[in-house]
Amino acid sequence: MIAFTVNGKRRTFKGPPFSRLIDVLRESFRLTGTKEGCGEGECGACTVLIDGKPVNSCLVPVCQTAGRRVETVESLGTAAKLSALQRGFLKAGGAQCGICTPGMLMTATAWARAGGCAERTALRGALAGNLCRCTGYQPIVDSVAQAIGARRKRSRR
Amino acid sequence: MRGDAATMSVSRPVSAAQAVAACGRQNESLILAGGTDLMVLWNRGALNGRAVVDISGVREWRKITLLREGLSVGSLATHSAILRHAGVLESFPLLARACATIGAAQIQNRGTLGGSLANASPAADTFPPLAVYEPLIHVVSTRGRRIVAFSELFLGVKRTSLRPGELIAAVELHEPGRKPNRQYFRKVGTRAAQSISKVVAAGLLWLNKDKTAAEVRFALGSVAPTVRRLKTVEEFLTKKRLTRDTIGAACALVHRDISPIDDVRSTAHYRLTVAKNLLRQFLEGRP
Amino acid sequence: MARSLFSPSVGRSAPRKEGPEKLRGAARYIDDYALAGAWHGVTLRSTIAHGRVKGLRFDPSFPWSECVVVTADDVPGANVVALIEDDQPVLADGLVRHAMEPIALIAHRSRARAYEALKHVSVDYEPLPAVLSMTEALARKQLLYKKDNVFKSYLIQRGDVERGLREAAVIVEGEYSVAHQEQAYIENNGMAAWKERDGTVVALGSMQCPYYIQKALMKALGLPADKVRVVQAATGGGFGGKEEYPSILAAHAALLALKAKRPVKMIYDRHEDMAATTKRHPAVVRHKTGLTRDGRLLAQDIEIVMDGGAYMTLSPVVLSRGTLHATGPYDCPHVRVRSQVVATNTPPNGAFRGFGAPQTLFAAELHWEKIAAALGIDALTLRRRNLFREGSTTATGQVLRESVGAAAVLERAVKRSGYGKRRARCAAWNADRAKPTWRGVGLAVCHHGAGFTGSGEVMLASRAGVCLRRDGRLRVLASSTEIGQGANTVFAQIAADTLGVPFDEVEIETPDTAKVPNSGPTVASRTCMVVGALVARAAGQLKEELKNRGLSLSSPAELRKAARLLCGRKPMRSFVVQYEKPPQVRWDDETYQGDAYAVYSYGCVVAEVEVDRVTFETRVRKLWTSQDIGAAINPLLAEGQIIGGTTQAIGYALLENVVYKDGVMVNSQLTDYIIPTALDTPAMDVDIVKNPFSGGPFGAKGLGELPMDAPAPAIGAAIHQATGKLVARLPILPEVICAAVKA
Repeated sequence: MIAFTVNGKRRTFKGPPFSRLIDVLRESFRLTGTKEGCGEGECGACTVLIDGKPVNSCLVPVCQTAGRRVETVESLGTAAKLSALQRGFLKAGGAQCGICTPGMLMTATAWARAGGCAERTALRGALAGNLCRCTGYQPIVDSVAQAIGARRKRSRR
Repeated sequence: MRGDAATMSVSRPVSAAQAVAACGRQNESLILAGGTDLMVLWNRGALNGRAVVDISGVREWRKITLLREGLSVGSLATHSAILRHAGVLESFPLLARACATIGAAQIQNRGTLGGSLANASPAADTFPPLAVYEPLIHVVSTRGRRIVAFSELFLGVKRTSLRPGELIAAVELHEPGRKPNRQYFRKVGTRAAQSISKVVAAGLLWLNKDKTAAEVRFALGSVAPTVRRLKTVEEFLTKKRLTRDTIGAACALVHRDISPIDDVRSTAHYRLTVAKNLLRQFLEGRP
Repeated sequence: MARSLFSPSVGRSAPRKEGPEKLRGAARYIDDYALAGAWHGVTLRSTIAHGRVKGLRFDPSFPWSECVVVTADDVPGANVVALIEDDQPVLADGLVRHAMEPIALIAHRSRARAYEALKHVSVDYEPLPAVLSMTEALARKQLLYKKDNVFKSYLIQRGDVERGLREAAVIVEGEYSVAHQEQAYIENNGMAAWKERDGTVVALGSMQCPYYIQKALMKALGLPADKVRVVQAATGGGFGGKEEYPSILAAHAALLALKAKRPVKMIYDRHEDMAATTKRHPAVVRHKTGLTRDGRLLAQDIEIVMDGGAYMTLSPVVLSRGTLHATGPYDCPHVRVRSQVVATNTPPNGAFRGFGAPQTLFAAELHWEKIAAALGIDALTLRRRNLFREGSTTATGQVLRESVGAAAVLERAVKRSGYGKRRARCAAWNADRAKPTWRGVGLAVCHHGAGFTGSGEVMLASRAGVCLRRDGRLRVLASSTEIGQGANTVFAQIAADTLGVPFDEVEIETPDTAKVPNSGPTVASRTCMVVGALVARAAGQLKEELKNRGLSLSSPAELRKAARLLCGRKPMRSFVVQYEKPPQVRWDDETYQGDAYAVYSYGCVVAEVEVDRVTFETRVRKLWTSQDIGAAINPLLAEGQIIGGTTQAIGYALLENVVYKDGVMVNSQLTDYIIPTALDTPAMDVDIVKNPFSGGPFGAKGLGELPMDAPAPAIGAAIHQATGKLVARLPILPEVICAAVKA
C-alpha cells in the first residue's frame, strides 16, 4: 500500500506499485484533470507537482511517491472560484483546446511560487517543457506574466 | 500506454547496502532511479514482466558534498539539484550548464546523474563536460567499491563497463590544479528547448604565459557511439599559439576522433561541419 | 435577478464559453470518461507498405477467450470508410496498401492486455512492390490506382499562357517542394462506441465532424441515420487531423463494441497516432513565370504534384484548394495551372490547416525571390505591382468585388515592421564577417478562400439554428465543433447580439447528431462565416417571431415568459435555417471557372530571422502579421488563432520533418518529431485589419487557416537575405542550410 497526499488530502493506493502516477490519479482517484499526450515526458500535458516541483506524471511509478505531496490542477481553483492564474488565462486567452492547460498551469504555479520572474524570455524557458499546439504560447506567457505581476502588486500592498 | 503494472515486481532498498544486495541477488533486474529513461521504455510495453529495483530511496546517494579539492555528486542527485548547487556553479560550471539543457524542468527535476551515466546514451548532454573534467566514478557492489575513470566507463551505445550487480554511487570531481583560461559548453539540439542533442561540446583550455596552449581538453557527444575526447586535436594544439592557421589545422583533424552518422535527427555531414565550427568557436574564444 | 444592461459582445473579447471547465481540468475529453463495463480496443496494423495478407496467425498460448477479435469479415455493412470515393476499407481485406493499415482489431478488459494480445498475432504477407514517392507513382511501373496512379487532376486556364510566355521580357523558372507535416494535436485520437438497448449505435469521442462519422458508420454498419448517434467530447485540437480520420476509428470502436456486446474505448498513443493517421500532402510545385521588364506578371504556368498516399480520402479537395491558390493573390492575364494528386503506398494524407494552400502558396511566394533576382527589382515592389485589388479577376474568372484587403495587409505589415529599414540593417550586419550570425527579413502575402470551394457549400446544404427552451434557456444548434478555435464563444456572441441578450445567457448545444442539425464539417475556415451566418439568420427569425407576438427578451423574466408562450406544451422551439447560395456566386465544376470562393481573406507576414553561422540554426527574431479577416467577432480569440497558426507554420518552415523509411514514419513521437516550444517562437505583432464583408456575419470572413499560409515563404525569403541561398523546400532544417552554404 502506498500512502501520499494529493491536493492536501491523504490518499492510499493499493494496486500494483509500478502503476504510473498519472494512471493512479486519473483512474483510481478519478482526478482526470491531468492529461496524457505522449507517454515520453516530451509534451508536459501530464505535469503535476511533487513536493512543489513540476514533473511528468507519465514517467513516475507510484511507488516513488510514497510520503510525498502531490498537487494536480484540481487543487488550483473551484467551480465557484478560479485561482488568479486561471482567471489570468481566461482573460488573456491562455487556453484554446484546453488539453495542455492543466500541465501549463501546474508548471506556471510552481514557477510563480518559487518566485519566478515575469520576464518573458525567462517565462518561455520555464514553460519550455509544456508543448502547446493551439496558442503559439504568447497568450500563455502573457497570462502568466500578468498573474505574477498582479500577485507582486497584491503582496506589496 | 502499453506497460502492464500488474506484471512488474518492485523492490525498494532504502540504503546503499540494501541496494547493492538487491542487485547482487537479481542480475536481471532493472535499476530505477529517476525514471526518465526507463519509464519511456516501459510505456512502450518493452519491459513487461521484469523485476525492478527502485534505488531512488537511497538517500546517501542524493547528496552533493564538498571535498577538499572538489565535489562528490551522489549518483541520485537530480540534474535540477546539480545545476543549482553553488559548488558546481563555482568549480564545474560546464556541468551546471549541461544539466540546464537536458529536456526541460520536468525532466531535470527527476533525471539523475547516475541514471544518465548508466543509460550511456551517446547523446547525453552532461558527458562532454564530464569528459573534460575527468571525474572518478565510484561504483559499488557486494564485492566492495571500485573506482572507474570516466574515460573507461563507456564501451558503446548504451553499454557501460559496469559489471553485473554494480551500481554507481557517486561522481567525484576534482578541481584542476589551475583554473582554466577558457571554459566552453554548447549543445546543438533539435530545437531551442526540450531537445536531444545533434552535437554537444565541452572544452577547457589552459594557456601558458606566452599564450601558447598549455593544455586543451575538448569533448563531443552525439558524434560517436560514446562521448569522445578529441585526442588528436588536443595533442596537435599543445604548445602551439592559437593562430588562425593553427585553429584551421586543428579543425581539419576533428574527423579523426569521431564518427558521426545520419539518423532520424540529423546527418553526418552536418554533425561534422558543426563539430568543427564548435571547436573553432571554442579556440577563438568567442562566446 | 438583476441583469446588466445588454451591451453588444461582437467585436469584444467575450470570455471563452467553456474556458472555466478547461482551466479547472474539468472539461471531459474522451479518455476522461469512465464508461461502465467498457473494454479497450487496439489495432493490428500492417508492417509492410504493399502486399497480400495470406492469413493471420494467433499464438495458441495466449488466452484468446479473454479477447474479442474483429476482422474485415465482421463488417456488417460495406467495408468502406464513406468519404469521397469510398475506396478505403475499414479493415484491410486480403490486401494492404500502406504500412500501418488496419488489419484486425482486438478488445480486452485491460488496455495493457489488449496491447499484449497484439504481440501474439502475426500476419503472413506476400509482399508486393511498393510505390513510395511521387516520382515512382508518375513513372507508373506499378499501378495502384486506375491506369495512371492519379486520384484527381485539375486544369485551370485563363487567357493563353503560351502567348503570355512568348510576349514576356523575362521568364523565371523555379521548382519548390514541401514535405509531409503532422498535425500533432496534443490530445491523440480517441473514440468510444456502444450499442444502446434500442439498437442505436453511439460513438463518443474526439472529432471535428460528427456528421461525417455518422455517414461513415451508417455505411459500414448498414444502419439508418436514426440508429447512429455521434457525440463530440471535448476535443484537444484537430487542425484537420480529426476531420476524416475519426470516421475509421469510430467504425473500429463500433465493430468491437458490437462483437463484444459492451462499450469499447480506443485511445491511440502518440506513436500510433503519428504513424497511422493522416498528414499534410507533400507537394512539388513548378513555376514558369513570364513578366514584363518592370515586373508585371504576364504569364503563370504552374504544375503541381501532390502525394495522396494509398487511398483517395480528401485528396481531390486538397488538390482543388491548392490549385485555386497556386497563383498567389496576383493579377495575371495568362494563367495555366495543371495539378494532379497521385497514389503511393504510404498512409493516406488528409486535411491539415490550409488544406493545399500552404503548399502552393509557399511556392508562389518564394518564387518572387527568384523573380526579384532575375529582374533586379525588389520583392516588395513586385508585390505592389501585381497584387489583387478590388475589381481584379482571378485565374478562374472570379471578379473580386468586395473586401479585398491584400494591399492593406501588405502596406500595414511593411509599415509596422519597418521592412525597408530592417532589410538594410540586416544587409549591413551580414557584411560584417565578424558577426556570429546572419540576419534577414522576408515578406509574403497570401489569400485564403473562406468556405468550401465553388459548389461545395451548396452541396453541403448546411443547417444551423437556435432554440428557446421552455425554461427560458437559449441554445445554439450547430454541429460545428469547438476544437479550441473558439466556435462556441463566437456562436454565442453572434446569437446574443442578434437577439439583444447578454452573452452569458446563450448556451451552445453539444454537437450531438441527436440534438443538432448538420452544419457541415468544422473545416475550411467556414465555421464563423458560413455557419455563424446561419446562426445569425436563425436568431433573427426567433427575434422576428417574438416581435410578431409582442414578446421581448429584455429581462430574464420576460425571457421565461416568452419561452413559455412560444413553446406551449413543447419542450422547446427551434429555428433552423439552411444555407442559401448568394445569388451572385457562380461556379462551374466542369470547367473549374467562376467564383471559387464566396470571398477571400488576406494576410501578410514579415519575418526577421537570424541564422547562426556556427550551427546554421534559424531563429525567428520577430514576426509581424497583418490579417484581413473581414471583422473580428472576438479579437482575443482571433489573435489566438493567428498566433497559433503562425507558430504551426514556423514549425512547418523550420522544424517539422516527417522521416519516412520503407513507407512508414520512423520518428513517430514528440521526441523526434519536432514542434515548436515556447522558446522556438518569437513575440509576434498581430494586426487585424477591418474590412467587413457584406456576406459574413457582422462582416466576418474566414480566419482559421489563413495564418498558415504566409509565414513559411516569408521565413524562406528572410533566410535568402541572411545566407544568400534560396532554399526552395521545406522544412529548411539547419542541415539543409549547412549543405547549401557549404556547396
